[in-house]
Amino acid sequence: MRKNCLLLRIGELALKGKNKRDFEHQLMDNIKNKCKNMTGISVLKTEGRIFVEFDDQDLLDPVIEELKTVFGLVGFAPALRVPSDVEMLEETALELVRQQVPEVKTFKVASKRVDKRFPVRSQELNHRLGGYLLQHYPGLKVDVHQPDLIVHVEIRGKHSYVYGNDIPGIGGLPVGSSGRVLLLLSGGIDSPVAGYLALKRGVELQAIHFHSYPYTSERAKQKVLDLAKQLTTYGNHIRIHVVPFTEIQTEINKHCFESYSITVMRRIMLRIAERIAQSQNALALVTGESLGQVASQTLESMNTINEVTHMPILRPVIGMDKHDIMEISRRIGTYETSILPYEDCCTVFLPKAPKTKPDLHVAKKQEAKLDLERLIDEAVIGTEVIEISNEKEREFSYF
Amino acid sequence: MIYLDNSATTRAHDGVIDVVQDVMRNVIGNPSSLHGLGGQAERLVTQAREVIARFVGCDTQEVLFTSGGTEANNLAIKGIAKAYQNRGNHIITSSIEHPSVFEVCKQLENEGWKVSYLPVDQTGRVRAQDVEKEITKDTVLVSIMHVNNEVGSIQPIHEIGQLLKRYHKIFFHVDAVQSFSKIPLSVTECGVDLMSVSGHKFHGPNGIGFLYKRRGVMLDPLLTGGGQEFGFRSGTHDVASIAGLARAIVQAEKERKAFLMRSRTWKEMLIDRFRQDLSHFTLNGSLSACSAPYILSISFPGLKAEVLVHALAKRDCYVSSKSACSSKLEMPSRILKAMKKTDQEALGSIRISMGFDTTEQDISMFAETLIDVVPQLQHVMKVYTK
Repeated sequence: MRKNCLLLRIGELALKGKNKRDFEHQLMDNIKNKCKNMTGISVLKTEGRIFVEFDDQDLLDPVIEELKTVFGLVGFAPALRVPSDVEMLEETALELVRQQVPEVKTFKVASKRVDKRFPVRSQELNHRLGGYLLQHYPGLKVDVHQPDLIVHVEIRGKHSYVYGNDIPGIGGLPVGSSGRVLLLLSGGIDSPVAGYLALKRGVELQAIHFHSYPYTSERAKQKVLDLAKQLTTYGNHIRIHVVPFTEIQTEINKHCFESYSITVMRRIMLRIAERIAQSQNALALVTGESLGQVASQTLESMNTINEVTHMPILRPVIGMDKHDIMEISRRIGTYETSILPYEDCCTVFLPKAPKTKPDLHVAKKQEAKLDLERLIDEAVIGTEVIEISNEKEREFSYF
Repeated sequence: MIYLDNSATTRAHDGVIDVVQDVMRNVIGNPSSLHGLGGQAERLVTQAREVIARFVGCDTQEVLFTSGGTEANNLAIKGIAKAYQNRGNHIITSSIEHPSVFEVCKQLENEGWKVSYLPVDQTGRVRAQDVEKEITKDTVLVSIMHVNNEVGSIQPIHEIGQLLKRYHKIFFHVDAVQSFSKIPLSVTECGVDLMSVSGHKFHGPNGIGFLYKRRGVMLDPLLTGGGQEFGFRSGTHDVASIAGLARAIVQAEKERKAFLMRSRTWKEMLIDRFRQDLSHFTLNGSLSACSAPYILSISFPGLKAEVLVHALAKRDCYVSSKSACSSKLEMPSRILKAMKKTDQEALGSIRISMGFDTTEQDISMFAETLIDVVPQLQHVMKVYTK
């Protein structure tokens, strides 16, 4: 008769016209996927509202924890579904308040009569429920402007929902609703954050990493896999392409001006990324570039480097200060991994004085000294594909 | 054999032994080495740390592995004292702490620190309001144990933690060696900044433990060197023991609830039997919810605890007099004295402590043995018998 559920608010999705249905289904699929290890959970849509229902009250907190990492949710509220009956509503509202006293000192009742056949009108119901609550908790006060607790009551036909304050969600669009992209994942602080922000706009994420063993260690690769794993909290499943980059780096080091090595390297990376993206039907590349942060991220550098591809390059952190990026990275849990001190492909052959305003013609001339086609082909062919799921699988089964 | 000295140490669980053995055989790298074998060992340490952090309810960076409870207590107290000496020079602790807290405080007193040792009531409990009374503007640290090792009294950690939340500059350390994995303690709810844990008290390996250190709390390390454990505790990781520790925690979580229920019944059963068939004894601590059900301390005034321990050992029953570390000195227990017990009571007290592997048969056979042994000794020692 009574059922525990969570009522979801989807905000921005409501604006999306005819696509709304697709978005909603994607969102529901994502939530189901998140909760697939919990039993007795169902995600359903009735009367324009999406609900997560569950039998076991103990599941409330774990479900909330999961929902806090689902993009596309503006908020959600633990609710109780009861038959539409005034006495039942009184009792349920009282229970809601009981759980929240003593933190709550003021409240108001906000009833919504979606089903107009219900005999009591909203205003009247507000008064009636409010009176009932005051009777049982004389210490409480009604505050219609800034109450600690809003007791929401929604009359929807046979069933009504009673719920309290909203728990904020992380917003954004459901992952998988905006197409596929390929993230250049280095292992630093910025690129995981860029990946997170891309996911927030609903993309399906794949990642590419350039690995220069033995100049960069297995630890550096593990670090990138760990970062991708952390992103799966938001992105369900991430396919990561690990590109063997040793020969390209040594060739650049051998033949090109030291000051242009980064520019040439980035140009080659973009070419390889474009090839991989195309093979995966990804529609854009994503990088963690922030304007002016390092030599390769000046506008001049971006022009020279960007010239090799026509693919859109999304740079979600382009306008952010390092400080802001670090804050997000701490929040999403990638920071501690990102700062592990392993060499990556960008630091290992770091020139003493990289060009901050590289010239396109010089870059092209430098590149011409390399057997580009062969190097790129070999790198693409040698790429290792690793699938990272959001399962909490463990390497050791000792505990 | 009837082993009822589990507060001294426990028999390692078979699963723990298997894990330790397997790791020693197969995971040979040093977690600090860069190569693949080092990486594998590091991942194992990380995974163990995650398991432990989940049970504590904290982040992985808040778990610092140590060689056990004594080191964790030393690191917590000396670490805070050194790192925050500019804040003041006063520590509040209780008069019934384990020596690894008590003696550390004594040592700091020699270095110019002031220490308040809080009294306890007859059941061996500190009062939270006494903590507040002792707070001065120089107070840097409050260190109170969760469960007392000699009498099993549970300290009002939650209450103390709540009141300390009003004093932002005072750190709160809890020695949870006797309670961890048995009696839950939420470090966040209780406002605990530091918590000491030792593996061998809950069927884990010896020589391994950890200090929970809330993020943001600074410690001056006791051991410096390679910078392991986020710089707070250098020294090559004991990978096998760390894995064993995590395994023991997982095991304990499975057994904890049933164990607490069993031991509560047994503790009551023992007291009932003794009341029926023995005279001249007193219960130290209480039978209430403020006492750990798996620790029972009783005094036989007029008998020497040492003699009783030996007499029981002759019958293959193993219990403790005082805490294991200090059992060899014949001094009335500091803890029992703090509980206002007489010298006679304090000298004649034994501790019976149960583990996850204690059986009902152990308990009933122990009761029979004690009921047999005590009157004989009381007769010899001319303690009035009925």
